[in-house]
Amino acid sequence: MKHTLAVLVENKSGVLSRVASLFSRRGYNIDSLAVGVTEDPEISRMTIVVQGNDQVLEQVTKQLNKLVDVIKVSDIGADDAVERELALIKVSADVTERAEIIQIANIFRARIVDVAPKSITVEVTGDESKINAIEKLLRQFGIKEMVRTGKIALIRGPKKV
Amino acid sequence: MTTGSTEKVNGARALIRCLEEEGVDTIFGYPGGQIIPFYNELYDSNLRHILVRHEQAAAHAADGYARATGKTGVCVSTSGPGATNLVTGIATAYMDSVPIVALTGQVPTFLIGNDAFQEADITGITQPITKHNYLIQDAKELPRIVKEAFHIASTGRPGPVLIDLPKDVQNAEIDFYYPDKVELRGYKPTYKGNVQQIKRAAEEIANSCMPIIYAGGGVISSNASAELLELAETINAPVTTTLMGIGSIPTEHPLYVGMLGMHGSKYANYAVQESDLIIAVGARFDDRVTGKLESFAPNARVIHIDVDPAEISKNVKVHIPIVGDAKQILRSLNKHICRCNSGAWLEKINQWKKEYPLSYKQVSPDIVMPQFVIEQISEACKDAIIVTEVGQHQMWAAQFFKYKEPRTFITSGGLGTMGYGFPAAIGAKVGRPDKTVINIAGDGSFQMNSQELATAVQNDIPVVSVILNNGYLGMVRQWQELFYDRRYSHTFIKGSVDFVKLAEAYGALGLRAEKPSEVRPAIEEAVRSGRPAVVEVIVECEANVYPMVPAGAAINEILDIEEHADTPCAMPDLRTATADRVLDLEEQ
Repeated sequence: MKHTLAVLVENKSGVLSRVASLFSRRGYNIDSLAVGVTEDPEISRMTIVVQGNDQVLEQVTKQLNKLVDVIKVSDIGADDAVERELALIKVSADVTERAEIIQIANIFRARIVDVAPKSITVEVTGDESKINAIEKLLRQFGIKEMVRTGKIALIRGPKKV
Repeated sequence: MTTGSTEKVNGARALIRCLEEEGVDTIFGYPGGQIIPFYNELYDSNLRHILVRHEQAAAHAADGYARATGKTGVCVSTSGPGATNLVTGIATAYMDSVPIVALTGQVPTFLIGNDAFQEADITGITQPITKHNYLIQDAKELPRIVKEAFHIASTGRPGPVLIDLPKDVQNAEIDFYYPDKVELRGYKPTYKGNVQQIKRAAEEIANSCMPIIYAGGGVISSNASAELLELAETINAPVTTTLMGIGSIPTEHPLYVGMLGMHGSKYANYAVQESDLIIAVGARFDDRVTGKLESFAPNARVIHIDVDPAEISKNVKVHIPIVGDAKQILRSLNKHICRCNSGAWLEKINQWKKEYPLSYKQVSPDIVMPQFVIEQISEACKDAIIVTEVGQHQMWAAQFFKYKEPRTFITSGGLGTMGYGFPAAIGAKVGRPDKTVINIAGDGSFQMNSQELATAVQNDIPVVSVILNNGYLGMVRQWQELFYDRRYSHTFIKGSVDFVKLAEAYGALGLRAEKPSEVRPAIEEAVRSGRPAVVEVIVECEANVYPMVPAGAAINEILDIEEHADTPCAMPDLRTATADRVLDLEEQ
């Protein structure tokens, strides 16, 4: 089962490595990880998607909490949350295929951010399944290159983590 | 935020001021290029510095000092190889939750990452084996960081903290101030147990007829022995301890059933298996304790008192977790408890005690049995602090010495570090000069840090090492005998040094005992001498540690002495070879 953890950490050098090495040495699998600064410049927020049953999740949470630089760990998977990933997808496209790709992008409310004689680059945001869906449709044209961020998420409404 | 007036000092001098503020009186270390500024300032300070002969020993000595005194131990080394030599000692302290602060020199900040001479990324290397670590990049941060380091090391679940000190940071001038408190928003240990949980635990205890208290190292580190005893005596429950918990209750207390687990007593393991309630205090259900997890204590409800929430339900499902300090929780728990209906249960356990006592077979009247040596130490040095290396002798020391109080059994439990005992004994003796300190060693382990004889002699630290010399790496040999068809692959250590001459070469006292009658006088002479001493005892070469729960078995599936004592040796050539060596020694 997948869980989404929002982890508030001190915005200091070395913290990412402490968190990442904790996962590897205790044998937990990270699906994705996204880090960035928060509204407080001294605090960074990591959004970590982790696989495992409830017992694994409990251990992950407790072990993360033991790190001195970790301020707070919240499992927001069960909350109603806005979840987003961003992907940039460079698709092989000659003149004849462009229109169809743009049409697909429009359906997904994706944007065309670069066009070249033999390629077109699509920027798409959404939850994981939406990005998987557009990727699948664009694959028929030939995906030259793709890059995806990890998931970021915020709980809906006034509640904070 | 600050105390006193500020003054201009360099980072090295500031560090010494910080150590003084923390009440440090002794540090263990070894100088080198990138820590010279610190040693230069140390030259004028009142701090006692014990110069070791290998940085690993500095870490172990700081650890032994911490375990014997309850204070935070401090060790110092230079960068690169000096720092990496500390690693085993830091890992040992981490596994056993011992508060130490390790200070390492580092190349100047402008050279970091440059593969400079004697550069090692010691904060990276020690990340998984420290509670926390720091690389100081600005000397102004030094006082705050040192304050935090001592706070983190000694509070909550204690553990090692490392501070890496680039040389330019040691040289930089700062306005010295020492903060009077720490502000760490990500570190707030829980001490007071949840009141509701404590009441639930008391109810659970009241309903139990077959309770057992399972005490670990946490009882000792939180100084909760008196509270533990009160709990046991009030509810009338047997107490078993882990290796780390030895000393939390006197060995001869009628409610004590000894150590549990792989080399625990049969009656402790039977009692745990049949119990209806386990009250775990400061223990972590380690694999050496539980054996096969699925069949561990099948009928027991579990109350788990621990300061580290991550230990709750890590291995064994806990019914009533209480997170906090053992001493505080036991104090409030003791207000809610009453005597259990445990009469029949204790009778059953006492029957097991009579039926399956810890014992050994005397193979011949002239041969010294290793267990006999421990019994002799126990009688000759009743109030001693016992420190051990790792292996068979460690288990015999756990089984056959009669401990009277906490902090008198010091051993590497979690990491199982051979070479730990001797430097840790030096640290323990420095911390507790009023106590006789005996390092019980094997011939293998002692050679891993025997160079520290020089440290003991130079600093006049009268530690007695009793080496049980069986000519083997005994614990591995025992496993090879029992589980690997007696194929003694590289466990026969013929060619070991003459330990008496070795001691003498360093200027220590060296004694040897070869017959049972010589053991007690040699131990007594060594203790009486008031000098660093080595007593080499030639013991039965193939004695085994029993009882034994084979790895992966349930803890009531126990091998005992009767089943293996009379089986013939499959490799008589090696046995003869050992005997020859013993004869050689006799001729000398």
